[in-house]
Amino acid sequence: MSEKKKQAELIEEISGVNPLKCMKCGKCSATCPSYNEMDIKPHQFVSYVINEDVESLVNSESLWKCLSCFACVERCPRDVKPGKLIDAARQMVVRQRGQAYLSPDEIPELLDPELPQQLLVSAFRRYRR
Amino acid sequence: MKYSYYPGCTLRTKAKDLDDYARASAKALGFELEEIEDWQCCGGVYPLGTDEIANKLSCVRALNAAKEKEQELVTVCSACHHVMKRVNDDMRNVEDIRTRANNYMELDEPYQGETEVLHFLEVLRDKVGFDELAKKVVNPLKGQKIGAYYGCLLLRPGKILAFDNPENPKIMEDFIRAIGAEPVIYPYRNECCGGYISLKEKDMAKGMCDKITESAEGFGADMLITACPLCMYNLNKSSKKEIPVVYFTELLAEALGVKEACAGAAGEDEKEVQA
Repeated sequence: MSEKKKQAELIEEISGVNPLKCMKCGKCSATCPSYNEMDIKPHQFVSYVINEDVESLVNSESLWKCLSCFACVERCPRDVKPGKLIDAARQMVVRQRGQAYLSPDEIPELLDPELPQQLLVSAFRRYRR
Repeated sequence: MKYSYYPGCTLRTKAKDLDDYARASAKALGFELEEIEDWQCCGGVYPLGTDEIANKLSCVRALNAAKEKEQELVTVCSACHHVMKRVNDDMRNVEDIRTRANNYMELDEPYQGETEVLHFLEVLRDKVGFDELAKKVVNPLKGQKIGAYYGCLLLRPGKILAFDNPENPKIMEDFIRAIGAEPVIYPYRNECCGGYISLKEKDMAKGMCDKITESAEGFGADMLITACPLCMYNLNKSSKKEIPVVYFTELLAEALGVKEACAGAAGEDEKEVQA
């Protein structure tokens, strides 16, 4: 099996998403609050997996713009769950040694007196392992 | 009525008042919140990967503690509610996760999702009843126009959280009516505040919260209520905001006439911590 195919299968396995279920209605992108900030849009994620181009996905800025708000998951008429696909791509990055998107050294300058603990634990869970 | 209670990390610290007002209100309404011993943080966000087990175990421990006491499990924080309900759904319906989590836990009897998870608002709606709540209000918040801010974590995915209609919820509006105020329905009430993005992308979260506060103000709300410490933090950073954001439990305590006593107790806790 080619390395590219393996990567595509891994992303399907982690996410539990079947990209072939997508009918390209675009509702996920239409409802995504981060759409304008994303280089690869939510509705395009499935195509990258089907075309076995996971390399582009894991290098996408979109991974760090997704809010896990589940608007795309809730409103997908085919139950594809694009947000889970984005998270799986994020996992493939942060599970690599040295690839975390957030380091503890960055924290002090990001803090302010009102910042809730919930924000730190959530960011750590999404951005690193 | 006694419930197992899972406050979560932020209700012990930055959102202490969300917790204090919830406990005082529960007492006034005649139910008890029995805090789970040695609970651990839920992690704030649900781990989406199908292969993630270890970071769901803190929830499984809390859920199982409630099961052993034969109690339902109550949360107040939107994030805890979200993570707890989703992990419970995994334990009920996803065999692989159930088996592997139980292998870690080594319980006398495997946990299979038996516990019912309830958000405090669901207790008010389904156990106390909003009509009964209205009868216990001693200080109705007459004339106040209040916008409910749901955000995402309380509502989505609707099938798993089963909290309310995810696109057109009404539980918080019914709550606002029950405490004597007037709900203001505005289009952005179930849009995301930006969540954890505000740690590294502060302007992105600000832009989202500007839309929410402008929308609420435009529809005539004088105040917003939330159940989530992170939503409150993000909304308070909105650059265009003039509207105050308060926890729903604060208004509940006020309407039930227990707010003052509660504020005093919170002050003493703070002194103890400082001492």
